[in-house]
Amino acid sequence: MSEELNYSTISELSGRLHRREISSVELMQAVIARTREVDGRVRAFNSFDEPDALAQARASDERRAAGKAGPLEGIPVGLKDVISVAGQPLTASSRMLENFVSPYDATVTCRLKAAGALCWGRLNLDEFAMGSSTENSAFGTTSNPWDLARVPGGSSGGSAAAVAAGEAVAALGSDTGGSIRQPAALCGVVGLKPSYGRVSRYGLIAFASSLDQIGPFARSVEDAASVLGVIAGHDPRDSTSVRQDVPDYARGIAELAKSGRRWKIGIPKEYFGEGLDPEVGAAVQAAIAEYRKLGCEIREVSLPHTKYAVGAYYIIATAECSSNLARYDGVRYGHRSKDARDALDIYFKSRAEGFGAEVKRRIILGTYVLSSGYYDAYYLRAQKVRTLIRRDFLDAYREVDAIVTPTAPTPAFLKGEKAASPLAMYLNDIYTIGVNLAGLPGISVPCGFTKAGLPIGLQVIGQPFRETELLAVARAYEERSDWRTRRPGL
Amino acid sequence: MPPSDFNLDHVANLARINLTAEEKARFGAQLGDVLGYIALLNEVNVEGVEPTAHAFHVVNVWAEDVPEPGLSVEDALRNAPEKRDNMFVVPKVVE
Amino acid sequence: MTYEAVIGLEVHVQLKTRSKMFTRAQAGYGFPENTLTDPVVLALPGTLPVMNKEALDKIIRAGLLLGCDIAPVCKWDRKNYFYPDSPKNYQISQYDQPICRGGEVEIELPGSARNIMGEHRRIALTRIHLEEDVGKLNHGEGESLIDFNRAGTPLMEIVSEPVMHGADEAFAYLTALKAVMIYGAISDCDMEKGQLRCDANISIRPAGAAALGTKVELKNLNSFSFVRDGIAHEIARQTAVVSAGGKVVQETRDYDGQTGESKSLRSKEMAHDYRYFPDPDLMPVEVGAEWKAAVRATCPELPFDRQRRLIEQYGVPYTITSVLVPDRELGDFFEEAARLSGKPQAAANWIANDLLRELGAAKLALAQSKVRPQHVAGLVKLVEDGVILSNAAKEVFVDMFQTGETPESVVARKGLKAETNLDELERWCAESIAANPRSVADYKGGKESALNAFKGPVMRAAKGKADPRRVDEMLRRLLAG
Repeated sequence: MSEELNYSTISELSGRLHRREISSVELMQAVIARTREVDGRVRAFNSFDEPDALAQARASDERRAAGKAGPLEGIPVGLKDVISVAGQPLTASSRMLENFVSPYDATVTCRLKAAGALCWGRLNLDEFAMGSSTENSAFGTTSNPWDLARVPGGSSGGSAAAVAAGEAVAALGSDTGGSIRQPAALCGVVGLKPSYGRVSRYGLIAFASSLDQIGPFARSVEDAASVLGVIAGHDPRDSTSVRQDVPDYARGIAELAKSGRRWKIGIPKEYFGEGLDPEVGAAVQAAIAEYRKLGCEIREVSLPHTKYAVGAYYIIATAECSSNLARYDGVRYGHRSKDARDALDIYFKSRAEGFGAEVKRRIILGTYVLSSGYYDAYYLRAQKVRTLIRRDFLDAYREVDAIVTPTAPTPAFLKGEKAASPLAMYLNDIYTIGVNLAGLPGISVPCGFTKAGLPIGLQVIGQPFRETELLAVARAYEERSDWRTRRPGL
Repeated sequence: MPPSDFNLDHVANLARINLTAEEKARFGAQLGDVLGYIALLNEVNVEGVEPTAHAFHVVNVWAEDVPEPGLSVEDALRNAPEKRDNMFVVPKVVE
Repeated sequence: MTYEAVIGLEVHVQLKTRSKMFTRAQAGYGFPENTLTDPVVLALPGTLPVMNKEALDKIIRAGLLLGCDIAPVCKWDRKNYFYPDSPKNYQISQYDQPICRGGEVEIELPGSARNIMGEHRRIALTRIHLEEDVGKLNHGEGESLIDFNRAGTPLMEIVSEPVMHGADEAFAYLTALKAVMIYGAISDCDMEKGQLRCDANISIRPAGAAALGTKVELKNLNSFSFVRDGIAHEIARQTAVVSAGGKVVQETRDYDGQTGESKSLRSKEMAHDYRYFPDPDLMPVEVGAEWKAAVRATCPELPFDRQRRLIEQYGVPYTITSVLVPDRELGDFFEEAARLSGKPQAAANWIANDLLRELGAAKLALAQSKVRPQHVAGLVKLVEDGVILSNAAKEVFVDMFQTGETPESVVARKGLKAETNLDELERWCAESIAANPRSVADYKGGKESALNAFKGPVMRAAKGKADPRRVDEMLRRLLAG
């Protein structure tokens, strides 16, 4: 019974909570029990606060009793440990912030709370969101619930694994180059990155300011839409958040489904070449065939600047993060070296001790590309290439409604397999990175398993601020599949 | 192979991060690989292309000059590694 | 060989806004340490900047007042450097697209005497841009304590062209700039409160040469006087170096106002590479015609323009305008009193002398004065009509200042009406003249002091209650006729 509960969707649970079949406290207890049962092996969580979670649950039951239930009332949602929750640790999975407790709520946190959701735990990630496997966490890596010897993907590995393992009903992660979509694919759950500017970044530890977005992990497209509806919207505290109304996503999806609209689906030829695992390729082709059976028109499109995306990304993202991470210096908060002799020393030593290797590498790379004389050759050029990448997509969207690709080139790899070469690790993001550069929304939905039982993800990429359509296209495929009934054997 | 003018010591200095000798050797090689890969961008013709500063064109995003409550002094200093007299303490700043 | 100095000033002016430049934490001075912070000010993880609209209005107004070109589009850049007083270890500033370019500051050099207006010059500006202020480091024994109250306050950086040539000019520049900022309600420019800071770039070259010499940056100039003295000292130092055959070293020097000496700041081995790039967290600013017009409508008359107008339009003497103009409210007060009384010079005297004296003694601000323009106007009229004598008027003023009563009411209460009517006074004057033919001859012969001979008898007849000025004026008229 409990496992059933732990793998239920928001829609299912909201109904049961509403009908008083279960209480928020009971649901939260089930989630806590499940976490205690499996997290010793999965390690999705950096920490969790059981008394606080139960207190939230009790308050939720009181709200419901008073007739004040919100759209996510009583639903336990995990938060990636880069999203600020007042009074809770905010570590970015880094020694630099090991003991940092945040005094304020991120805007998405405020919105979740206002919707009645329960903020559950601090989820593991690659340190400062830099990585594609969660192996860069300073506190230990998360294991893929489908095969504990393998990585869950990254950087939001903890968020993906928690949902996959039934340790949270939904979770929030962040996506800069694929950090929601790729782990969602590797863990067999739904992961959505909204259009840039759709969801506020206030309270998200910044990695690359012009690329970061917060988004939901969930068990179904419908659930992802529910969470998006709560967290999306203009925020006066985030100058990059866009002033656009947040539609009723559930209603929009339902209307589009009923309309019988035949989507025009674009398949970019550059995404199916070298490096794509054959089993992944086959699963994606099978998914495309399902769209064809639905009456969708499948068209080949070209995104000619695809091969420059990773390069452009690693210039822009590292440049921005080298500046965003300058504040971590041991002066006002965070790790301060015990050996610091003077104020200058504090920087050199605290940062050397506080940051892991990948973070240091990216800060150094970013510092280099911005340094005197190199701005034009690197950053400015990369921003121009970015324009071309975005233009590729917008040109394609004159012909098609959405673009479908594999999410990741391979299924979950073994721990340690790609650790030696940063460049090899970077190329994991090859299908997801262009979406961030172009500011588009993208979602990964389960589309199969390898023979070894590892999940495979299908990515659908949408048009700017047309999440309803994106979700409808994804839902159309999801409805025809039952991948989500499979559970990891934990 | 990093570009010949990539001076890791200088850049690490700018970034205020001490590197061990081992890190210098390892990072030097790894960053060399990455920079080599990034050189691919040089083949793109970017003539007449505007850089993407922001995904969408919006200007004049501001707030009215109305003060809002901030942090109490306790909260402001809560995570301070060292504090005294309601101020953050650092070892002597050498000019 | 004579040398001329070339000076450029970089002035930081703190804008008088209620909240900070990129967050709505309260801005202020003199508050208990670290009570004016919020997560953004302290650069806590996850925080983002949001522009302060008022700060933009104020810098546009400053630019319009100083005749700058207001950029139609400008953006924000990150200036990356590490320092304990800088929470993000980058400062949000404007690098290659400042909001204001060009412009000039009209200055006045000291005149040959106190009551003579000195030469006016226009000092060209290079640019003005907006940035955010940093916190304050308090240096102790082997440690520094940081207060972030000031961090994030809006700061205007005003860069002059290197076109000044002397310490006096620099002093005059700062004085003039401050007056414009106060008039524009942009800043109070109180250096003691850190609202205005000045660094000077000084070089010398052979007189008449075109090329610039090596420049030295002079810091820690904490008052207008120190700016003047520090610059003078530096010019002398450089001249001595060069005259002795040496070369001026490009460096930053720290001026000590107490000792009058400067010392070289340890040259930084690490050159500043600020790695400027556009701040991705902030959107650009577009200043269109409508916005500019709206700000222009809030621009006051410039202080020197007002001063010239007071002299030309109202006939107020230069020295009095120098007192009335710097405080904008005082200038407004005067113009209102002038309008009501129709006697601007008289009104000016009352305000510049008596009102300021009383305010100073009572330690009150003008806004708290019970004496308002209509009081001054009323008093001027009473004296003009001879209802009271001028020495009685002084007593009335002091009373009005205490009580706020109208001058008529004070005169009535204290029984200060001049008892002499003008016809009677004229008769006494005529009688006194008639009784002193020899003095008449002396006076008409050119001896001014002979006039005094007539005054005694008149005052005695009036039992002292005659206005000496009026007596003087009357005697002259009768003697002339």
